Amino acid sequence: MKYFLLLLSVFVITHGAPALAAGDAEPPPEMHWSFSGPFGTYDRAALQRGFQVYKQVCAACHSMDLKSYRNLAALGYNEDEIKAIAAEYTVEDGPNDEGEMFERPARPSDRFKNPYPNDAAAKYANNGAMPPDLSLITKARHNGANYVHGILTGYEEAPADTELMSGQYYNRYMAGHVIAMAPPLSDGVVGYEDGTDGTVEQYAKDVTQFLVWAAEPEMEERKRTGIKVILFLLVFTGIMYAVKRKIWADAH
Amino acid sequence: MGSGERKPFENPAIEWVDSRLPIFTLINKEYGVFPTPKNFNYFWNFGAIATVMLVLMILTGITLAMHYTPHADYAFESVERIMRDVNFGWLIRYMHANGASFFFIAVYIHIFRGLYYGSYKQPRELLWILGVVILLLMMATAFMGYVLPWGQMSFWGATVITNLFSAIPLVGDDIVTLLWGGFSVDNPTLNRFFALHYLLPFVLVGVVGLHVWALHVTGSNNPLGIDTKGPQDTLPFHPYYTMKDTFGILVFLIIYVAFTFFMPNSLGHPDNYIPADPLVTPAHIVPEWYFLPFYAILRAITFDVGIPFTDIVFVEAKLGGVLAMFGAIALLVALPFLDKHPARSARFRPWFKIAVLVLVLDFFILMVCGGKPAEGLWVPLAQVATLYYYAFFLVLIPLFNKFEPRLDLPPSIHEAVLSCCSKKKQCCSHPTEAA
Amino acid sequence: MSDTTQQDNPHGEEGSRRDFLYLTAAAFGAVGAGSVAWPLIHQMNPAADTLALSTTEVDLTPIEKGQAITVMWRGKPVFIRHRTEAEIEAARNTDLADLRDKQTDEDRVQKAEWLVMVGICTHLGCVPLGQKPSDIKGEYNGWFCPCHGSHYDESGRIRKGPAPTNLAVPDYTFLTDTTIRIG
Repeated sequence: MKYFLLLLSVFVITHGAPALAAGDAEPPPEMHWSFSGPFGTYDRAALQRGFQVYKQVCAACHSMDLKSYRNLAALGYNEDEIKAIAAEYTVEDGPNDEGEMFERPARPSDRFKNPYPNDAAAKYANNGAMPPDLSLITKARHNGANYVHGILTGYEEAPADTELMSGQYYNRYMAGHVIAMAPPLSDGVVGYEDGTDGTVEQYAKDVTQFLVWAAEPEMEERKRTGIKVILFLLVFTGIMYAVKRKIWADAH
Repeated sequence: MGSGERKPFENPAIEWVDSRLPIFTLINKEYGVFPTPKNFNYFWNFGAIATVMLVLMILTGITLAMHYTPHADYAFESVERIMRDVNFGWLIRYMHANGASFFFIAVYIHIFRGLYYGSYKQPRELLWILGVVILLLMMATAFMGYVLPWGQMSFWGATVITNLFSAIPLVGDDIVTLLWGGFSVDNPTLNRFFALHYLLPFVLVGVVGLHVWALHVTGSNNPLGIDTKGPQDTLPFHPYYTMKDTFGILVFLIIYVAFTFFMPNSLGHPDNYIPADPLVTPAHIVPEWYFLPFYAILRAITFDVGIPFTDIVFVEAKLGGVLAMFGAIALLVALPFLDKHPARSARFRPWFKIAVLVLVLDFFILMVCGGKPAEGLWVPLAQVATLYYYAFFLVLIPLFNKFEPRLDLPPSIHEAVLSCCSKKKQCCSHPTEAA
Repeated sequence: MSDTTQQDNPHGEEGSRRDFLYLTAAAFGAVGAGSVAWPLIHQMNPAADTLALSTTEVDLTPIEKGQAITVMWRGKPVFIRHRTEAEIEAARNTDLADLRDKQTDEDRVQKAEWLVMVGICTHLGCVPLGQKPSDIKGEYNGWFCPCHGSHYDESGRIRKGPAPTNLAVPDYTFLTDTTIRIG
């Protein structure tokens, strides 16, 4: 058993290692998130604000192809609110009986509307750099939540020795420090309905939380289930240990 | 299995079946009264743990296959649909993804156990070789399974690994084209990988069956590495080891479940949540952790092998790496025939004991090297570690055959257990309970 | 496990405490196995996106009197028939006593001229004939299932053959006079 623990600890130590070699970017600041830890949950108000930031800012260029309007129920919107949100968008449907494609208001079952008709159009409209889909962005980056928050708040004046081409910006936390996305947030760009201060820091935190939810909508259920399963297994293991000892008591 | 030796069962339904097909007699013989050495430590749990993981992988795998679409255009999205829309889809997929890692953990510990206590030695050579076949099948299955979500790591991992075969002289490129079913990793590749990923686990079950059969012919090895001499050395498998195994399985499951529910992506790679893009290679392509030691051996061969100071090259670096990697597994097959030392267990082999523990450390060093970019000090470190791996089998083991002393073996398991227990604290049958 | 409990030390407090321990362990094992089995079974039920995609809108304008169309809803054919006065009359005048599954025509339609129902025979799931003018309409001038010979009338009610119930009427609403939403 001591070997096993030794093996396990070596394994844990060695395993953390590969992730470190992620390029020359400065590691983003570690934030305190309500969803961290085994008991973490999302903050519904922050999610709704984050959705508002996504809708009014990010969605101009970034798709979220894996999300449907119906998923917004998890943010605390009711069915009518979701229908109203969906109806703000028109989507292409068809073909109809005459073989024509037609436009109609989006329904809750539709996916979030993509700002571009296809990837080529997205590239063309953004100087050849396609804005990544945001459905999984926090899972698709190492240390995802802190990374997204870092990028959104990490814009700075380029130091004198860094030459930027047009359409390039300087960001502390981007690998290579050069990013093709213009600073998306500035104080006051989104008017929060709940009276929360409209600062870049606040926007970044809220939209990050929204994006974490988008990537891991199952997280709360997962952690809740996990705690039950672990407790069950701990008790069961204890019982089995007692059973095993009883049975082995007369083995020698 | 002659019907003459069969003892009738009291339960009439069981008796009815058993008199026609003696399946209950078989179960009772192999898992009920089966005489098992009484001095197993907890390392002997890992066979049962690996079996449980195999069953869990097959169950979750079949249910995932009910929702997965093996097509380059739909695979990524179908996996995300499993994660988002399918009832308990996230649970089943995370169980499967983390289950692969924990299956490997269990099997690696199981292999280490066999190595340390000399379970590969006469008369268990074939049992050990079947185990290596299981490891190979697991590797093939895991590799193809990792391709199925069709993320960036899937795609580029598949590209790099299939390209290994291009190192084969003359026919290499044709073999790669055959594997791909095209001129790059693409939809035909994904389709056949899915077909094989579904098939191989059942082949694996078959080989596991042979492995267990072979085990039950020779009987289990034990921490002392000496043969059982009679009933005083053994216990019936049930209830002693059924209950001990269940306990061990549960402890293992707790760790597995903690990963599955609380850090389900910590053993994976973020790049695999980016859909496959044949035009963009990720900055660091790393295989799953369980392949890293072998990946490090592959990359350690950075030099051509030929006659020095001439242009004559026998083996190019690319082929050399591939040969070194497969050779590392071939050495495991050869081990029972290389090691001729009279004692099995490392307990009675002072030199081997150190060498095998260093080999474990070496394996971890290779694992770290495999995860690092192939530059700087990591390359010579991987080369030294590879050298030790080979030297262990090809230099140290033959030397030990000739020169290593053998400590005094106890006369029997029974006497060893008794004398240990009388000395207290140093109980060799239950080291953990003493700890 | 039971055969081990029979051996040695069956009497007294010690024995019953041990039995209790074994029973608890067995119960935990059963609960654990069940908890693993349930997700593996429940995953086969309709997924969230499947459940969300359960409405279909249909424009009725192009359907002439006496014509019928078939639309897909939840992967099933839905029959929409623009009935003639004669058909409505016949359907309404049917004596309930003649019916196997007693339902008035009024109960089966929202507007008498539009009959909307799931086009799946309630016997074993075939699609009955009767939508096209050239189809066999059965002995009751409605629909006829070719698989096992069930006859349905102008209101889609079972009249003859093995089917147990009338063709099912889905939930639908008239959004306007000429569009309906099924589901």
